[in-house]
Amino acid sequence: MVNELAISVKGLTKSYHSRANGKKVAVDGIDLEVKVGEIFAILGPNGAGKTTAVEILEGYRDRDGGEVKVLGQDPAKLGNDSWAWRNRIGIVLQSTNDSQDLSVSETVHHFANYYSNPRDPESVIHDVGLSEKTNARIQSLSGGQRRRLDVALGIIGGPEILFLDEPTTGFDPEARRAFWVLIRKLRDEGTTILLTTHYLDEAEALADRVAVISDGKIIEISTPENLGGRNTAKARINWLENGSRQEIESDSPAAEVAKLSARFNGEVPELTVIRPSLEDIYLKMIGNQ
Amino acid sequence: MKPNTLKVGFLRGGLEIKQFLRQRESVVFTLLFPVVLLFIFGSVFKGEVGPSGVTFSQYFLAGMIASGLVNTGFQQLAIMIPIERDFGTLKRLRGTPISPVSYFMGKMIMVFAAMIVQITALLIFGVLFFGLNLPTSMNKWLEFTWLILLGSICSAILGIAFSAVPKSGRGASAVVSPIVIILQFFSGVFFVFSDLPSWMQQFAALFPLKWLTQGMRSVFLPDGFASQEVAGNWEVSRIAIVLIVWSVVGTLLALRSFKWSAE
Repeated sequence: MVNELAISVKGLTKSYHSRANGKKVAVDGIDLEVKVGEIFAILGPNGAGKTTAVEILEGYRDRDGGEVKVLGQDPAKLGNDSWAWRNRIGIVLQSTNDSQDLSVSETVHHFANYYSNPRDPESVIHDVGLSEKTNARIQSLSGGQRRRLDVALGIIGGPEILFLDEPTTGFDPEARRAFWVLIRKLRDEGTTILLTTHYLDEAEALADRVAVISDGKIIEISTPENLGGRNTAKARINWLENGSRQEIESDSPAAEVAKLSARFNGEVPELTVIRPSLEDIYLKMIGNQ
Repeated sequence: MKPNTLKVGFLRGGLEIKQFLRQRESVVFTLLFPVVLLFIFGSVFKGEVGPSGVTFSQYFLAGMIASGLVNTGFQQLAIMIPIERDFGTLKRLRGTPISPVSYFMGKMIMVFAAMIVQITALLIFGVLFFGLNLPTSMNKWLEFTWLILLGSICSAILGIAFSAVPKSGRGASAVVSPIVIILQFFSGVFFVFSDLPSWMQQFAALFPLKWLTQGMRSVFLPDGFASQEVAGNWEVSRIAIVLIVWSVVGTLLALRSFKWSAE
């Protein structure tokens, strides 16, 4: 059932009120749909409203307005059946620092008891790459290992949807790559994944679709390749001529390069042709807000 | 099928005990501190309480057991839960299918286990080094048992309810500890209750510690001493009523005010 929706959100709004700052709109009318089995990334700068939006979907926060359905249920109206809904979702929060005195194995085995049909704790520990740390106390883990444990606890119940809130903040590049492999593996096993991140390369590497959010509003929802018209944007052609850098933008870069090549009678010095990177597009998008 | 709430509660209790035992400071504080206090007070105040034939250490033992119930229940939970809130433990649990009942059961089991060990340590130390008298009648032991049960439940519930008050884990101890220490002074733990000014006695009578202390005296002191109590008797049924009322009030407060996360 390819078209089935795991998450649907219409007109979601949420404001905070504080005596010091008055009213602050955190989420300002968001619409989005996440299909079963896809990795959906919410990309935006810090303070854009990502965490607020996701915590509403996770059932942690009330909303001011709009419609929300996660696995067919409204997270704000779970009532007595909330356990059954939570039994089907997995949550990896932004930062946690708990259970310092327990071991990895004790914690994962214990959390398995909360779910009606948990995954095998040993294989989950293996999947997140903590096999060598099974008996280590949590306080002795590095930041990246700690985050892997968070993911282990998020997936121990065999969730249909996994929420990941900025999962790789503070990772070294190697740990991030390993983490991405794990997330793709989960997707391949059929888990729907909703990911928030402020790393562009992460969204580009993982997501089937990306929503860019800024100031509580969604600017665009697209695949990483097509975001901001990136696929049809003008290419930039850059070369060296008479000792100075030349640059032109063009819709038909191949023709331009052929012209240049003819002019130089072969090789063009220091020739580059680039499409705008996701970062260029993204900075332009949030800069316009 | 839904996991059994009671079974998960017992599993959480086991986990809480394991965590407790691995925090050496908390073990030492919980087990050793009351024994050290008993040692200091028992060594300083050698005499008897009035012309009653009851030694001050015997009187103080009753107070230490009662305040032990308050320390391991109310004080420990009211400090530990805000810390767990700061660390994200509670938020993480809230995102799983676990029933809140299982979480609270786990806390109660941990409190109860710590309490049993603490009381046993106090009794052994008291008997060996201060010649304290243990109750001899079955009735007194029965009363001791329900006092511990009701006292620890009441104390733990109030600790859970009060955990909503400290804004952060760091500040929790500073908010909670003075309340406990003041109540200990007012409730006849460190001083003979009937010697206290009457305004202090009346204030203390609003809170459970005074009644727990009085109940423990009724267990560990000879019945002849009852005439020296402020009311002229042990007021055992009133003690039970006060503890039950506070347990019910605590439950209602906890249901209304319990916070799963810091925001």
